[in-house]
Order: sequence, then structure tokens, then C-alpha cells
Amino acid sequence: MSGDNEETQTTENTPMDEKVQDKVISPEKSEEAKLKARYPNLGNKPGGSDLLRKRLQKGQKYFDSGDYNMAKAKIKNKQLPTAAPEKTEITGDHIPTPQDLPQRKPSLVASKLAG
Amino acid sequence: MAGAGGGTSDVQWCFSQVKGAIDDDVAEADIISTVEFNHSGELLATGDKGGRVVIFQQEPESKNQPQCRGEYNVYSTFQSHEPEFDYLKSLEIEEKINKIRWLPQKNAAQFLLSTNDKTIKLWKISERDKRPEGYNLKEEDGRYRDLNTVTTLRVPVFRPMDLMVEASPRRVFANAHTYHVNSISVNSDCETYLSADDLRINLWNLEITDRSFNIVDIKPTNMEELTEVITAVEFHPNQCNTFVYSSSKGTIRLCDMRASALCDKHAKQFEEPEDPNNRSFFSEIISSISDVKFSHSGRYMMTRDYLSVKIWDLNMESRPVETYQVHEYLRSKLCSLYENDCIFDKFECCWNGNDSVVMTGSYNNFFRMFDRGYRQDVTLEASRENSKPRSVLKPRKVSTGGKRKKDEISVDSLDFNKKILHTAWHPLDNIIAVATTNNLYIFQEKLN
Repeated sequence: MSGDNEETQTTENTPMDEKVQDKVISPEKSEEAKLKARYPNLGNKPGGSDLLRKRLQKGQKYFDSGDYNMAKAKIKNKQLPTAAPEKTEITGDHIPTPQDLPQRKPSLVASKLAG
Repeated sequence: MAGAGGGTSDVQWCFSQVKGAIDDDVAEADIISTVEFNHSGELLATGDKGGRVVIFQQEPESKNQPQCRGEYNVYSTFQSHEPEFDYLKSLEIEEKINKIRWLPQKNAAQFLLSTNDKTIKLWKISERDKRPEGYNLKEEDGRYRDLNTVTTLRVPVFRPMDLMVEASPRRVFANAHTYHVNSISVNSDCETYLSADDLRINLWNLEITDRSFNIVDIKPTNMEELTEVITAVEFHPNQCNTFVYSSSKGTIRLCDMRASALCDKHAKQFEEPEDPNNRSFFSEIISSISDVKFSHSGRYMMTRDYLSVKIWDLNMESRPVETYQVHEYLRSKLCSLYENDCIFDKFECCWNGNDSVVMTGSYNNFFRMFDRGYRQDVTLEASRENSKPRSVLKPRKVSTGGKRKKDEISVDSLDFNKKILHTAWHPLDNIIAVATTNNLYIFQEKLN
């Protein structure tokens, strides 16, 4: 763990580390102490199954598909404030059929990289 | 022109182009998620979080400006993936393009594979510059003619038209991954490819979409016993039976498909021994490999973990032959980097055309190049401030000690929201593509 930031190293670690370690806590370990101080309930197996399983289940969970469609419609309305509603019926007046729901399509705006 | 080469000592990098919006308000869909040159370097593809692919084409070198290589202009853009909803798990499937890989060109059309978390698609990009005219039964605008007015017979002829570039999905490889696809790799046989998710690797034939072979499965019977996940996979550049996959624990396994149908037993395992005294809470997290890339020669492979880039000789499993520190000064910031999740950022890395220099990104829109031969490295910055045409990039330096020299930036001033995760190097020339959050920068070697 060299202090210099841009030193290119070969596989041999600098022997300086061994000497320094005896006297001073490595920066990694002092960072660990900081973290444990802030979050005393942190488990001791950081790379363990909890972290990995959280990673496996990435992606926002919705209660059901209706919840998902509502969320998408809300986002779409925010992005296109000038778009007029296609139907003027107030929700709650009738049970919507699949044809009534707004199309769950992503924004058809082209990428700005192509602009 | 001389191929990519020379050390960082004699190569000076100039700004060439920047693509994307200038404003700071970045829409999520515009976040660039992958960048890839094709095998000739003529085409450059980007994928974004909105599921879109933009392909740039290099203009042929003009005789007027021999001192700079052709510019990249938009060639084609299309919506590759759309958001979906997994009804069974009530989970959203993002349309973000995780990886793009080009197929080697076999005919006039270009093919690429693009993938999101669940579905891989093969896209055909073809040019149309002629169209048939002079139909017997149709007018030029497509309306059908009144048959009574057709008195002669003629042969339609092809006439030139304005170039049109069309992208069409030729294959959709779906429903083969329970977990999130993180990488794809096309085999040198140009017939098969691999797709890897967190726990499994599948082998596909490019022609067949309803079947794929699972060749690596590291899912434990009891998920409580899960200790590592697959982070990247790559086929060897010329041995069609060999591939490697990296893990979140910092190991790389090399597998030979000739050995058995299921490659759970690796042929080689590359792992650097760790000093148990140095072990900390963060050790495993920062050892997680975010990218693995074979050298063009196939003799070496490079891995990227949170703080370093390592070069491995395929003949030696015990330790890497070279280690380069990308941003060692972050080791004393790991606590805050864990809290803001930056410690989980997945940086990619790439080789230059002749494997003499490697490149990877960092924070504050910095990116780093390491010259293996000259043992030199340089830090450069992708920013609008250095975007005058052909202006030479000035090396940047992060100061770690107490005293900050002029022109240096202190670690605490670094902007951790400005990350360069994706970079690509032209396969033959010194042209690089560097993606900031929502802009694509193209830099070229200064030619005199």
C-alpha cells in the first residue's frame, strides 16, 4: 500500500509496507474502524451472502404490474407536460380496460449523442 | 500511418470530438453504459441507459487535413431494448444496454450483439443506396396503377438514392438468464458466443435462439452459502475452446470447453495471494474484478479491480506479472466511498492495438494510461474545458500529501459523480473513445 498515487509497481510489493505496518495502522484498517464506529451493527462478513444477494436482486420491485404501470405513467407525464390526455374520463368513473391505459413505451426521444 | 505504439513518453493526446448534450441536467436515459469499436475501428458503438444504441462511422481521411484522422459522425441509431416488467417477480427489467459486442465483418452488413439484463439481441446494420424504380404495377409513390393503363412491360432498374442505414433485429436470445446479464463475448469461431449473469454462463449459437447450453453454474444449493458471483466473461481471442470468467472475490478462472460439457471445474485459477494481516472489511469488496480483457496477442489478460489494473500471464496463475495503481489515494477514503456506494462502481479497462499500453477510467472525469514498456503512466481529463479542436491534453495530477502544488487537485476536491467507467481504444490507431456520464469524447494522437 504505497502512499504515492501514480507509482507503477511490479508484482513485488514495496518492502516499506512491512515496516510501516508495525507502527501504524494501515489506511484500510483505519477506514474500517471509522465505518464500524458509524455502523456498529454491520456484520463481519462484508463480501458475504447478504451483500451478494442484495446485488442479485437489483432492480426496483413493485407491488404488482398495476403499480408498475402507474409509476411509468407518472414518469411519462412528468417528462411530457404538454401532452394532452387522450381520454377525458376521470379515473374512478369506470374500470379501465387494457386499451384505455397509456402505452407503456419508453420516451421516443432520440439519443442526444446523435444530435 | 504507424500503428498504435510508442510509449506515453512520445504520444501526446489531442481533443478531437465530443458528442452529447452540454447541459448539466442529465436525463437518466442519456447515461452512457457501454462503448465499443468494431474490429476495423471504422465504427464506434455506444449504448445508454435508455436502451438506445448510437453508431458512429469514421470519415475517410481527407487529403486536405492529413494531420488528423477522420472524424466520427453518426451512422445509425436505434432503440435496442425497451423496459419490461417481470410479472412473476414484480421486478422491472431495465432497458439499459449493459454490453455491445461487434461480430467480425463477413459481408456488406455489420452485425452486433447488444444485451440488457435479460435479453441479448443480434442487430444487422446494412446500407441501402439503391432502390428499384420503374415498376409495372405500381406508381413511383407506391400507389397501384390502374391495370387498364398498363400497356407495356418493362424491367424495373436500380437507381442510386440517398444512403439509408437500416438496423434490424435478426435474432432475439431471451429467457435464458435468471440473474442479470453482465457480459457477452463472441467466439473467434464467429459461430458461438457466451453470455454471463451473476451465477451462470451460457453458450449460444448465433443462429439458434430457442436453445442455449449452460456451461458454468456457480449457484449453491443453499443460497445462504453464496460467497461469490461472476462479474465478467471473455473468450480467448484465437483459441475457440478457451474462455475466462472473473469473480467478485478477485479470482479469474480459465476454462477449456474441450474438457467437458460443464465447465464448473476450471483448467486454471488465477489469484493473487493476500496477506492475511492486511485483510480488512473492504478487502473483498475492492478485490472484486469489474472487467477482464485478453490482450490482442492472447498471451496476457488484464483485470480491473477497484483500485488497480493487473496484467496476468496465462502461463502463471500464482500472481499477476504487472500491477498498476489507478487511484491508490482512495484507499484512505474507503469508508465514505462505501457509504456513497462508489466502492461498487464497475470500471472497465482496455488494451491498445499492440498491447503496449492499457487504459482505464477514474473519478473527476480522469482516465489513466499505463505504458507497459516504458513503465510510465499518465492521467488525463475529459472535460469541456479542454475541448478546443486539436488542443493537446495536459497531464493531470492528484496531490496526496499535505502540500498541493499548483495545477494539482486534492483528493477531497475530486468529483465522485463524474466517473469514467467505459473507455475504448481503436484496434489499430491511437484513437480513443472515453465516456463520461452522458458525453462521449474522442481523442487522437497528435500527428505532426
